[in-house]
Amino acid sequence: MAYVAPAEVDDIELHDPQSFITKYIWSQDHKVIALQYAATAIGIGLVALVLSLLMRLQLGFPGTFSFIDPSSYYQFVTMHGMIMVIYLLTALFLGGFGNYLIPLMCGARDMVFPYVNMLSYWLYLVAVLVLVASFFVPGGPTGAGWTLYPPQVILQGTPGHDWGIILMLVSLIIFIVAFTMGGLNYVTTVLQARTRGMTLMRMPLSVWGIFMATILALLAFPALFVSAVMLLLDRTLGTSFFMPAIISMGETLDYGGGNPLLFQHLFWFFGHPEVYIVALPAFGIVSDLLSVHARKNIFGYRMMVWAIVAIGVLSFVVWAHHMYVSGMNPLFGFFFATTTLIIAVPTAIKVYNWVLTLWRGDIHLTVPMLFAIAFILTFVVGGLTGLFLGNVVVDVPLSDTYFVVAHFHMVMGVAPILVVFGAIYHWYPKITGRMLNDAMGKFHFWVTFLGTYAIYFPMHYLGFVGVPRRYYSIEGTDFIPASAVTLNQSITIAAFIVGVVQILFIYNLIWSYFKGKPSGPNPWKATSLEWQTPQTPPVHGNWGPNRPLVYRWAYDYSVPGAAQDYLPQTMSPDDPIVGGHLGRGDEKDHHS
Amino acid sequence: MSIFRILATKPWERNEASLGDLHGGGELSLPTQKIGLFVFLSVVTVLFGLIAAANVMRMKFGDWQPLTDPQMLWVNTGVLAFSSLALQWASVSARRQNLKGLKIGFFLGGVLAVAFLAGQILVWRNLIDSGHVVLGNSANGFFYMITAIHGLHLLGGLWAWGKSAVRIGRGVEIRELRLGVELCTLYWHFLLLVWLGMFALLLRT
Amino acid sequence: MAVAIVLVLLIVGSVIFNFLSPWWFTPIASNWGTIDTTLIITFIITGIAFVAISLFMAYSIYRFHHKEGRVAHYEPENNKLEWWLTILTTIGVVAMLAPGLVVWNDYITVPEGADEVEAVGKQWQWSFRFPGEDGKLGTTDIKFVSFDNPFGINPDDPNGQDDILISEPELHLPIDRPVKMLLRSYDVLHDFYVPQFRAKMDLVPGLITYFWFIPTRTGKFDLLCAELCGVGHYTMRGHVVVDEAEDFDEWLSSKPTYAQFLAAATAAPAMTGLATKGQEVAGAQGCLSCHTIDGTSGVGPTWKGLFGKEETLADGTTVRVDEAYLIESVSDPNAKLVEGFAPIMPPYELSDEDMAALIALIKSKSE
Ligand code: HEM
Ligand SMILES: [Cu+2]
Ligand SMILES: [Cu+2]
Repeated sequence: MAYVAPAEVDDIELHDPQSFITKYIWSQDHKVIALQYAATAIGIGLVALVLSLLMRLQLGFPGTFSFIDPSSYYQFVTMHGMIMVIYLLTALFLGGFGNYLIPLMCGARDMVFPYVNMLSYWLYLVAVLVLVASFFVPGGPTGAGWTLYPPQVILQGTPGHDWGIILMLVSLIIFIVAFTMGGLNYVTTVLQARTRGMTLMRMPLSVWGIFMATILALLAFPALFVSAVMLLLDRTLGTSFFMPAIISMGETLDYGGGNPLLFQHLFWFFGHPEVYIVALPAFGIVSDLLSVHARKNIFGYRMMVWAIVAIGVLSFVVWAHHMYVSGMNPLFGFFFATTTLIIAVPTAIKVYNWVLTLWRGDIHLTVPMLFAIAFILTFVVGGLTGLFLGNVVVDVPLSDTYFVVAHFHMVMGVAPILVVFGAIYHWYPKITGRMLNDAMGKFHFWVTFLGTYAIYFPMHYLGFVGVPRRYYSIEGTDFIPASAVTLNQSITIAAFIVGVVQILFIYNLIWSYFKGKPSGPNPWKATSLEWQTPQTPPVHGNWGPNRPLVYRWAYDYSVPGAAQDYLPQTMSPDDPIVGGHLGRGDEKDHHS
Repeated sequence: MSIFRILATKPWERNEASLGDLHGGGELSLPTQKIGLFVFLSVVTVLFGLIAAANVMRMKFGDWQPLTDPQMLWVNTGVLAFSSLALQWASVSARRQNLKGLKIGFFLGGVLAVAFLAGQILVWRNLIDSGHVVLGNSANGFFYMITAIHGLHLLGGLWAWGKSAVRIGRGVEIRELRLGVELCTLYWHFLLLVWLGMFALLLRT
Repeated sequence: MAVAIVLVLLIVGSVIFNFLSPWWFTPIASNWGTIDTTLIITFIITGIAFVAISLFMAYSIYRFHHKEGRVAHYEPENNKLEWWLTILTTIGVVAMLAPGLVVWNDYITVPEGADEVEAVGKQWQWSFRFPGEDGKLGTTDIKFVSFDNPFGINPDDPNGQDDILISEPELHLPIDRPVKMLLRSYDVLHDFYVPQFRAKMDLVPGLITYFWFIPTRTGKFDLLCAELCGVGHYTMRGHVVVDEAEDFDEWLSSKPTYAQFLAAATAAPAMTGLATKGQEVAGAQGCLSCHTIDGTSGVGPTWKGLFGKEETLADGTTVRVDEAYLIESVSDPNAKLVEGFAPIMPPYELSDEDMAALIALIKSKSE
């Protein structure tokens, strides 16, 4: 078959870094940018973790810690939620993993617009700094909840209504601009810069997940952008986009005619896809972890891709399931409940296929694999409780209770974070050339997995009791049994244990960088391209003089007739290792 | 290949295990920059679509007073349309290897775009002078917001235009100018379309 | 290996926890048992899915963990299996959704003849309004709200005159009669939530939202705000008392109508000039949204009889209310926190003049 020699494949112009600054700081190399994104995201994420522990102190031992007053509690809730969702997970999955993996897994030398990619990171950093600045302005950061619902968010009774909210909105706007710059890169790189032979259906699911999530983000963030701009105008110039006539604390305000529900629609038009912006990369990455460490192809690859696409499309028509009791037209409930439950089907298929990938595998219980397994269990719990909240009428008693808190932490908090950990243990050898310490890793895994389960599983039951969320204190109610206090204490203790063990993880990252066991180029014997780079860690330009050629999909594990249990994507069918059968078993092996 | 065909391939099958297809690294046979621009344009489309949707939803509520449409907007619209036309001329000239036409069209397009922006600012000033401030009436609020966001996008376009203009000034070969000119043209047409949509919306409200 | 065992333990533990935990729905007190039923259906279906999937996973790990010489099976896909699973899932989803939609239809269809009752929310208090003799609530608008007209009832609407005003956060309802709760907010989003009723709905400023239910059990139930509404959100509580018909009638007849309320307000004794100014300041600064001057309880301590009183503080000490105490309480509210109140009052910086007026007002209410 005739094909163009690799040298003739269109290549992007690589900018050659000269000095230390352009190499490691003002760098256009996707790998450096990825690490910058990841480090910043994890740094700010640790702040969010500390905030959550402070909240847990108040919830577990109400009134014991006098420095946590209601204002600061609500500020902690808000900043914790916003940081976790946007500045940690979105940035880490897309800016961090997206940047690192897309070019390597697609066989590109870099992102297609490296300069824009670099700007994306620096703007993101600005967004983070503006966000952090809001802790230091008079009145502190906003305490309106991460949903930033007007009118509350800009009125007197809310902490940070004067400066905090302005900085928050400005930071979000900057973040969105930054993300869009990155997102353009990720999408275009996947479309245009794959190496020869890397057809769409040969891409690893990690790339598919990140690719689809980026598309979702590009289309969903404008909604947040618009609502942030409008809210900012309401706050600073006194427009009434969202503000009806209001008497706040006895004072009649100048607003009138606006509609708070308009904001909610815009917000959730972004907010729901946001869940999948975080989830889809996790789905993709976990598929690859399972496949590599079970030495088996991902089961039902096509279905997995279709499900990613279907979930992506459907996630734009389910947003109002967050608004069942918001006072919107109640007829919407029928539509949104139906779409929401439909989305459960492709999601369920993904779960089945993960589990079926384990079935008849050769399961190596490495640390990444452990995290992947923990992800499945956590995600199953979170996904199933989502059916409660999606099913309109069942949502009515549960909405705004701790059931919701438990649900979304399981599904978009803990589950993706478990994948993040798994992915770091998995790719750290590629990034640094050394393995992460296994004993520390296992310990970190067990405490994190069991700890988070202990935090969130019982929390659902607080929701059944009816304990409302975003409550600084639940003292003085009759319906909450005294035992709930004990439960809250144990949850707090579990949260602290989980929090503390993350220090060990950070320590492991640093320790292993210097003392870890050298990993070699492909310690997991994986097939995808990033493991086939000529150098580990990969150098600028990734591939040396020739970009790799791709002959097969990313999941040729344990192929019958082959001499080893994995066939890298770059391995030609003529290679003796493949075993002469073009790397396939006889027909009978196919659908048995 | 249609997207459905692609999604239906079974990448593990025998005949798939080869380098076979003519896949040369890109999915679409367009220049990468153009694809990047298309992706960006979709984002901007969603952005303005949502603003329009918000505007329409907000109109239904209580206090909405329609905007007094400044006549001058018609003039500005005309200017923007000519700016777009001029760039089209530049594009066509580039394809025909006509450097002079390219230069005239390209610079005219840019100048007209600046004129459009100046015109918009004038409209703002007139509105503010006649007491149509942002406060009080949300129709005004939308008007200012839409024109501002549209203007900012055009400014961004002018930045790219400026970079190409410098290259033209430096006497870069026409073959290498073509892509930049075409991208600018595309972007201008798009912004004209967006403006027409937004203008129609503002007229209706 | 350990993983498989731990997974099984987790799954079994979760199921046991579910049955043994003391935390479950509060006993229902409304007609929305159907919501509970739908929830239970959802619970059973998802519960089965949870146990099945996770046990299968645990078994796979146990059965196929790496051993010397094990080779994974090569099977890219199995269409038949995948379709079967899809169909099975769809059936499960429909089995949850269908009853859900039926009950939702009931939830949004208010029965004919339901009694209308209005709940009004403002930061961070509840108040209520009944239609009075004519069975019709007067129209309202936020622009009518004033000191004499706290509910913003349209003074020209004849239907409004006999409306019965409940200014304290305790609502009584007669048992077994359908009520349509009409919800209105002055400032921000709130949410009317009584766990025992299952139903809830947001209050949205600028809109009137509603939901309905039938109280089916007498008793006193906590009313909570379930939509974040500012620092005092968690203090925005009240009670709903479900009474037998006679008790309810008696309670309702003890409450003033709008007309009566208006008459009482105009007949109130005149105040000194400074105290009147104090009232204006208190209104403008928003003090009165939390503090009352008529002795009823609010978010903050009432001002009636406050001056000269012995206050018990949160730390158990007591303090006599004098001018210095008042000044401190305004400029640094949390320095001395009164027992039983939440530390949610923001600090105010007032001119000496305004402060003096406020003190005059508080003194005038303590004579
Ligand atoms: C050990 C880890 C974590 C702990 C202990 C924790 C704890 C909490 C607590 C106590 C709340 C407040 C609930 C309330 O008052 O109603 C909260 C809210 C929230 N958390 Fe977490 N969290 C953790 C991790 C995460 C992660 C990884 C995410 C990422 C998605 C996340 C997202 C949120 C969000 C979105 C909210 C809601 C904020 C709001 O109500 O405005 N959390 N969390
Ligand atoms: Cu959602
Ligand atoms: Cu409230």
